[in-house]
Amino acid sequence: MKTNARASGGFVSRLWALVKKETRQLLRDQSNLLIGIGLPIALIFIFGYGVTLDVKDIKLAVVTTQPSEQTEEVVSAIRLSQYFKPTIMTSFQQAEKALRARDVEAIAVFDDSFAADLAAGQADVQLIVLGSDATRASSIRTYFSSLIGTWAQKQADRHNVSTAGKGVTVIPRIWFNDANTSTWFIVPGLIVLIMTLVGTFLTALVMAREWERGTLEALFVTPVRPTEIILAKIIPYFFVGIIGLVLCVLASTFLFHVPIHGSFFILVVGSVIYMLVALAIGLLISAKTRNQFLASQMAILVSFLPAMMLSGFVFDLGNLPTAVKLIGLLLPATYFIELLRTVFLAGNFWPIILKDLALLTLYAVVLLGLARMLTKKTLD
Amino acid sequence: MTQIKQYFQFIFNLCQKEFLTVLKDPSSRIILILPIIMQSILFGYAATFDLKEVPYAVLDQSNSQASHDVLQKLKGAGLFNQVATLHGSNEVADVIGNQEALMVVYFPADFADKLQQDQASPLQLIVDGRNSATANAVVGSFNAITLAYNASTDVGSQLPITVKSRAWFNPNMETRWIIMPGMIAALSMIQTMMLTALSVAREREQGTFDQLLVTPSLPSQILISKAVPSIFIGLIQSTLVFLICRFWFDIPFQGNLFVLYLGLFLFTLASVGIGLSISAVSLNMQQAMLYTFVLLMPLMLLSGYATPLANMPDVMQNMTYVNPLRFSISIVRRVYLEGATLADVYTEMLPLILIAVVTLPVASWLFRHRTS
Amino acid sequence: MTSAVVQAEALNKVFINKQKKEQVVALASLDMCVKKGELTALVGPDGAGKTTLLRLIAGLMTPTQGRLSVLDIDMYAHPQQVQNLISYMPQRFGLYEDLSVQENLDLYADLHGVPADERHSRYQRLLTMTNLADFTARPAGKLSGGMKQKLGLACTLVRSPQLLLLDEPTVGVDPLSRQELWKIILQLVEEESLTVIVSTAYLDEAARCQQVHLLHEGKILVSGSPDTLTQRAQNQCYLFTPNPEQKPRELQSALLDKSDLVVDAVPQGGRVRCVLHPNNTIEDVTKDIPYNKVEPVVPSLEDAFMMSLKEHMPLQSVSVEKLKKDHKAKPDASSPIVSVKQLVKTFGDFTAVAKTSFDVYPGEIFGLLGPNGAGKTTTFRMLCGLLPATSGVLSVAGKNLRTARADARGRIGYVSQKFALYGNLTVYENLRFFAGTYNLWGKQRKAAIERVSEQFDLASHLKDKSGELPGGYKQRLAMAASLMHQPDILFLDEPTSGADPLARRAFWRRITALSQTGTAIIITTHFMEEAEYCDKILIQDAGEKLAMGTPEEIRADLADTGGEVMSMEETFINIIAVNRRKKQERSDED
Repeated sequence: MKTNARASGGFVSRLWALVKKETRQLLRDQSNLLIGIGLPIALIFIFGYGVTLDVKDIKLAVVTTQPSEQTEEVVSAIRLSQYFKPTIMTSFQQAEKALRARDVEAIAVFDDSFAADLAAGQADVQLIVLGSDATRASSIRTYFSSLIGTWAQKQADRHNVSTAGKGVTVIPRIWFNDANTSTWFIVPGLIVLIMTLVGTFLTALVMAREWERGTLEALFVTPVRPTEIILAKIIPYFFVGIIGLVLCVLASTFLFHVPIHGSFFILVVGSVIYMLVALAIGLLISAKTRNQFLASQMAILVSFLPAMMLSGFVFDLGNLPTAVKLIGLLLPATYFIELLRTVFLAGNFWPIILKDLALLTLYAVVLLGLARMLTKKTLD
Repeated sequence: MTQIKQYFQFIFNLCQKEFLTVLKDPSSRIILILPIIMQSILFGYAATFDLKEVPYAVLDQSNSQASHDVLQKLKGAGLFNQVATLHGSNEVADVIGNQEALMVVYFPADFADKLQQDQASPLQLIVDGRNSATANAVVGSFNAITLAYNASTDVGSQLPITVKSRAWFNPNMETRWIIMPGMIAALSMIQTMMLTALSVAREREQGTFDQLLVTPSLPSQILISKAVPSIFIGLIQSTLVFLICRFWFDIPFQGNLFVLYLGLFLFTLASVGIGLSISAVSLNMQQAMLYTFVLLMPLMLLSGYATPLANMPDVMQNMTYVNPLRFSISIVRRVYLEGATLADVYTEMLPLILIAVVTLPVASWLFRHRTS
Repeated sequence: MTSAVVQAEALNKVFINKQKKEQVVALASLDMCVKKGELTALVGPDGAGKTTLLRLIAGLMTPTQGRLSVLDIDMYAHPQQVQNLISYMPQRFGLYEDLSVQENLDLYADLHGVPADERHSRYQRLLTMTNLADFTARPAGKLSGGMKQKLGLACTLVRSPQLLLLDEPTVGVDPLSRQELWKIILQLVEEESLTVIVSTAYLDEAARCQQVHLLHEGKILVSGSPDTLTQRAQNQCYLFTPNPEQKPRELQSALLDKSDLVVDAVPQGGRVRCVLHPNNTIEDVTKDIPYNKVEPVVPSLEDAFMMSLKEHMPLQSVSVEKLKKDHKAKPDASSPIVSVKQLVKTFGDFTAVAKTSFDVYPGEIFGLLGPNGAGKTTTFRMLCGLLPATSGVLSVAGKNLRTARADARGRIGYVSQKFALYGNLTVYENLRFFAGTYNLWGKQRKAAIERVSEQFDLASHLKDKSGELPGGYKQRLAMAASLMHQPDILFLDEPTSGADPLARRAFWRRITALSQTGTAIIITTHFMEEAEYCDKILIQDAGEKLAMGTPEEIRADLADTGGEVMSMEETFINIIAVNRRKKQERSDED
């Protein structure tokens, strides 16, 4: 087979030799595997279980200065809810102290006249949350309001006060996330993160290392072509990225039960193209810096952090000021996240899929072309 | 006395060298300052769950005064932006699926009639759940609007209880207010730790570390001189982010600067301790860099910086107790937003001191005993 | 095809120093022609442009101006075509350290498209020649320096190139491996009529070539065959025999002090070889110098090289007087200042140093010699307290530095194998820092900096970045930094590796002057003729002590092997070879 390859002009056999070399180096250096395989697995667990916007175990101080049948009922309703862990307190001072000491996260105050007001048909519950943990606070507020609302509804029904059931009611239908959990939208984002990590960070380092260690000088003075050097770097790391992808898809399907509504084929095609984009960015960075420290800093600054913060991974691009949004729209990661979320959660919506695929392909072609142009066999 | 003086003279001399090696090149000065400023401003704008111009479509099969009134309210809220009017329920899937609209407001044909008959009159809100945080926020905001509508028309259901909620320390519950103070600690950690981790590894790689070890300098002096510039740079970076919080984003500072800086100092000390331990373990710069990076990711993600710690499973919450960033973010937020005093936050400073007290001597011991 | 393999006309290469916004001229309108089948050497002092020239020929850089064609191909237009036909071994051959010897070879064979059927015999030959056959599975990173260099050469020679470029292939390689490397090169030149261009700091290597070009400041000063070049020093070379009580290096100093008459003087086999300026007679020199005997000798290429360079380059002034004058009083010379008994160091089951004992007295120059991997650096690191000894007793200035209090380290100076100062700090900043680490402050520090910068001629470079200094200056800076505090003992690990003959001479003048102030100096080197400067030498191989004594004594031990006085290099190779043979026999018997 080797002789055949040689007959076809040397390109294949040289490329094959370089790919073999890269793969061996990749497999022998444990720190590569740590980043390429170990970190993705750790991230899957951290993201799948640790990083969640879904609230649980809300430690709530319930202040009832004048316990009554009604307050008892509310409290037991709170206690029954899966979200709250209430503690009964008799004075507001005590509750406030607990809040400041972070022993509780919110205070619900039922004041002296609660029972009386309720009988009169107009009672207030005061809820105090910590704005300094705004993400959680706003969820607490929503859950608490709906809990009280449900309870009040039941009360009203029981007393046949049919004020209820009138007026506009909203039936929310949240599509594409039946379980309404943030894991579903974070896990596709995780794929982007891991592929950026392997593609950009690792490749930038590996190529910069060759410059630093001077291994390229001897390599350059052989029949090898710059394209072959680039391709040989791309191919093994491409597969490491694909391993990351497979791990993520397996984890999302079997551990987190995230559905894949769209075409699996599109998922693979999109990932392949994005992997090329990430690799090209890594090659570009290392071609420019030729130094491992700078390369790693650049990789973090231009690809990794923006992919996390500005691509819609966590924070929706639509909510951002226009200037910042434009930066987000320049990132290839943005389109890959959009594509992944659509394919995973929504299904085959072709206009979006085609737009994203087209843009990613464009990025891949342009960036790979640039990387090829900047990789010259010269020490100047 | 002269011995003590001499001890500090040695440290001063070593520190001077460290500062020079780090700050001599204009490019490394730039890479320590500029990205911090750019990131904090950029991410400050980016880090928001607060809705803005949510694109929506309307499918109004009722086409009544009531539905128009509700839509009017929706427009008046200023958060939503109508992008399409649909004519059949078959169009809903595409308009949501292709992300032309984030939500579709669907008034059924009997919407007005039911309302007239004092019945509950449901309208449907179809929301794109691909970003569940945004979806929930949209539903919440829309609910508030219908409640307001019901109240205004006086036909709606008035529940006997109203929840009046107040958010302390961040009355408008702005995400930026909690993300930005968190960044005071988080952003500086990335480079502080990387810088420290590289400092010994670089000297090892270039052979200068041996040169240093054959001089009469003590390991403790070398250790301190490695820590001081990193702490200094870390605090400068934190200060930059602090100034951006305070003056660019106008987030009011409620606390005491001394407590804030004490917390930041202890935090930087702890991260430098970790960085130096990595550095002492690594044989070359590449290893130091990769180890730091592998460590940084979980430290950042499991710190409560972006998502609340309390949401995590208990196992993971317990894991965060060895994470200095977890404590420092809490300290900074509480001091910055709540005006927490030393008495309030000292319990969160103790773990930082503990981390520093463990890692620094370990690093110092490794300096001499880790040899290739 | 014409017979010229490389044709350079008015070749220019200018670099731009971005920080200083200066232009650095590396090659200044250089003309050169290399004929087919010729072995050509490039010699010259540091920074003469040898590496740049080779890189231009290899197509790794584009010339700024001038014409350059290699194998009749224009290097501007088709560098790739040339790279398809030539092989190049850079100064630091970038072996992939995590790949095995075989894998490194395979990679280059694949890249050069060596057919599978030719490989077997080629590998066989290369591996036999390089003695690497037993190590094919070993990762390249785990080879000793000499073996790495040989593997680099083997990778370069996986196929027979039309032109072979070698950039200082023997730097940091011990004499034994050096000899073997050259055997390989010469064998291939003969069998395959290779055209080779090699740059080297060893003039005995250049003497084996057909053409020698002496480069200086980007120009070719002289070129020609070694014989014609050597002619220039005809009748100018003499060999002095010192008086019985006189050390050769003292006679050498006396000769060198007459710098208007004497071009060069080096110790050689217990005598001193001296080259006179043209138009001077031996009588002018011998007038007021004590010596025993003087006789004319046949000039060597090195003698001619020194003459040519001296015409274009002022001798690096060595302020020997200052070195001596400013030095503080030294401990008495009757008891050893470094004492090593039964020193052993093992790494796992590998013995790096086996039961070594020696003493060094104040004012003595002690040379540690041995092939790559002999345990020299390990011994050094243990003496300096950088590595714990497995067993044995060692005392440096009365203490074991591994366990002694930190200030005990104030009595030693250490210059490591590679440049180990802070590269992005200026010369002054480095000196100031090291003065501080040796507890010199204020006026003392200022005085110390002034003293060493004068002694080592660094005054004009104080504001330069040390990482960007030419090699020779770096080495002087490293010495200066380690001598700030006037240590009693100075450790020097291969300080002259890669240095040109001129720099090496200046270096040794300083070292000998320093020893006269009472400083004990322990040094390792691969230049065996440098062992002549030592008072005592210890030859190690594979961690074992093979011989110890004065250079005379060691030569005398081997006197029965031949009548003629042997050079130190021959002596060394002999000792190592004899020992290895014995070892082989012993293991064969087992």
